[in-house]
Amino acid sequence: MRKIIEFRNVSFRYEDEQPWVLKNLSFEIYENEWIAIIGHNGSGKSTIAKLLNGLLFPQEGEILIDGKQVNQDTIWDIRKDVGMVFQNPDNQFVGTTVQDDVAFGMENRGFPREDMIKRMEETLSAVGMQDYLLTEPHRLSGGQKQRVAIASVLAISPQVLILDEATAMLDPKGRTEIMQTVTDVQSENELSLITITHDLTEVVQADRVIVMNEGEIWREALPREIFSLKDQLREIGLDVPFITVLADELNQLGVPITQEPLNHEELLEELWTLHSKT
Amino acid sequence: MNNSLIIGQYVPGNSIVHRLDPRTKITIIFFFVFIVFFANTLISYGILTIFALTSMITSRVPIRFILKGLTPVWFLIVFTFILHLFVTKEGTLIFHLSIFKFYSGGVIQGLAISVRFFLLILVTSLLTLTTTPIEITDAIEDMLHPLNKIKFPVHELALMMSISLRFIPTLMQETDKISKAQASRGVDFRTGPIKDRAKAVVPLLVPLFVSAFKRAEELAMAMEARGYHGGEGRTKLRELKIGKHDILIYILFAFVIAILFYTRSY
Repeated sequence: MRKIIEFRNVSFRYEDEQPWVLKNLSFEIYENEWIAIIGHNGSGKSTIAKLLNGLLFPQEGEILIDGKQVNQDTIWDIRKDVGMVFQNPDNQFVGTTVQDDVAFGMENRGFPREDMIKRMEETLSAVGMQDYLLTEPHRLSGGQKQRVAIASVLAISPQVLILDEATAMLDPKGRTEIMQTVTDVQSENELSLITITHDLTEVVQADRVIVMNEGEIWREALPREIFSLKDQLREIGLDVPFITVLADELNQLGVPITQEPLNHEELLEELWTLHSKT
Repeated sequence: MNNSLIIGQYVPGNSIVHRLDPRTKITIIFFFVFIVFFANTLISYGILTIFALTSMITSRVPIRFILKGLTPVWFLIVFTFILHLFVTKEGTLIFHLSIFKFYSGGVIQGLAISVRFFLLILVTSLLTLTTTPIEITDAIEDMLHPLNKIKFPVHELALMMSISLRFIPTLMQETDKISKAQASRGVDFRTGPIKDRAKAVVPLLVPLFVSAFKRAEELAMAMEARGYHGGEGRTKLRELKIGKHDILIYILFAFVIAILFYTRSY
């Protein structure tokens, strides 16, 4: 598989004399991979996103995107390849209507008008917002605004899509909407996906999880492996999902659960097979 | 917050007046405002009134919206009319009441000024009633384009206008939220002497400004992440096009001007 992102011994701090936010970080992300970066507040996970897009630059080490090093000269190229959706749905909506907002990124890159209209239709249908072309942002829910934000990033066909806590400010309905949209988008497009979150339930579908703690990589593993580390996760300030806790308690009561369940269907499956065996 | 919030006074519609290029509308209104002051005969006033009323009728904007636009100036119109009645001493004496003398010249002058006022307000409010603020912004950006040569930041100005338009409802919702939050903590915005009420605005404005600055910072970052780097090399989705109707209306308006100058007395 082709390497899309490479961090080589990256260290970063916001100002001299301040503690390092990221300490000697190295990792790689491949083509079409879904990576979840998880950590509590202040673990440095959002800083990683901003470094990837050239919004910040590391003091030490280097970051390569598709073989290009991120620096002042390459940021405009890099930003064509790396699209980003932020946390606050309102503060990233630039256009006065949905269509203007989706067009914004394409306008910046000088797309011809006909291309814009075509891409706009495609990406808005991909996120299920094609009926809202002329709607103003204050008439949309948080989840709808975030879907528009995803569409406007997809419109420029990036190789990497970063969601930086994109569901943090949404209600549960908006959250499921976004996770569903993201799953669809990932399966239909050729792109690497990086979701940054502090919610363990959102990492279930990822191919690989990077757990950040105190500016360092604490673990890098499959979602299932991460879920089985519940006590240690709690120690670094992460909430363990209800299903994981339930499975744990069942185990303690003498119900032998062999495979760490990722969601309630899996636990249910496990329980009834166990029941029919005994 | 109400969902029917409309920025400005725009009344959605699909009439010919709505569909005209905003640049056409601005240009015509600009010249209309000038030539109104050249009218001085009954026919010249008549032709301008017919032009304004026809535009109003074809725009199919309900009368009440137009009357609403006129409310703040009714007083002014009536006031100038009465002032002319008392002050202008021209023409023949038509009415005599103790120390007050009314002359025909006063009536005519007063009427003329009132009609001018009325026409001015009518056509200018027709612009905002049939054109969205964003269309007006686009038109201004396009019409000021030549100023780019003298390094006037036309694109930046237009972007600032459109972002302000975009954030007006957001900030209004926020104001509503903060004022409720502060009211629940015992801040009284509605009663008491003016001085106290003015003071009560401070706990409303401070959080509003703090959050507006935070929004601005995040918006700037989001814009940069989406590749915004100034107006250079930028294309535009919204397109302004001079159509058949625009050309027709220009020709019509040229006729109006011609008739006006032909019929006015020198």
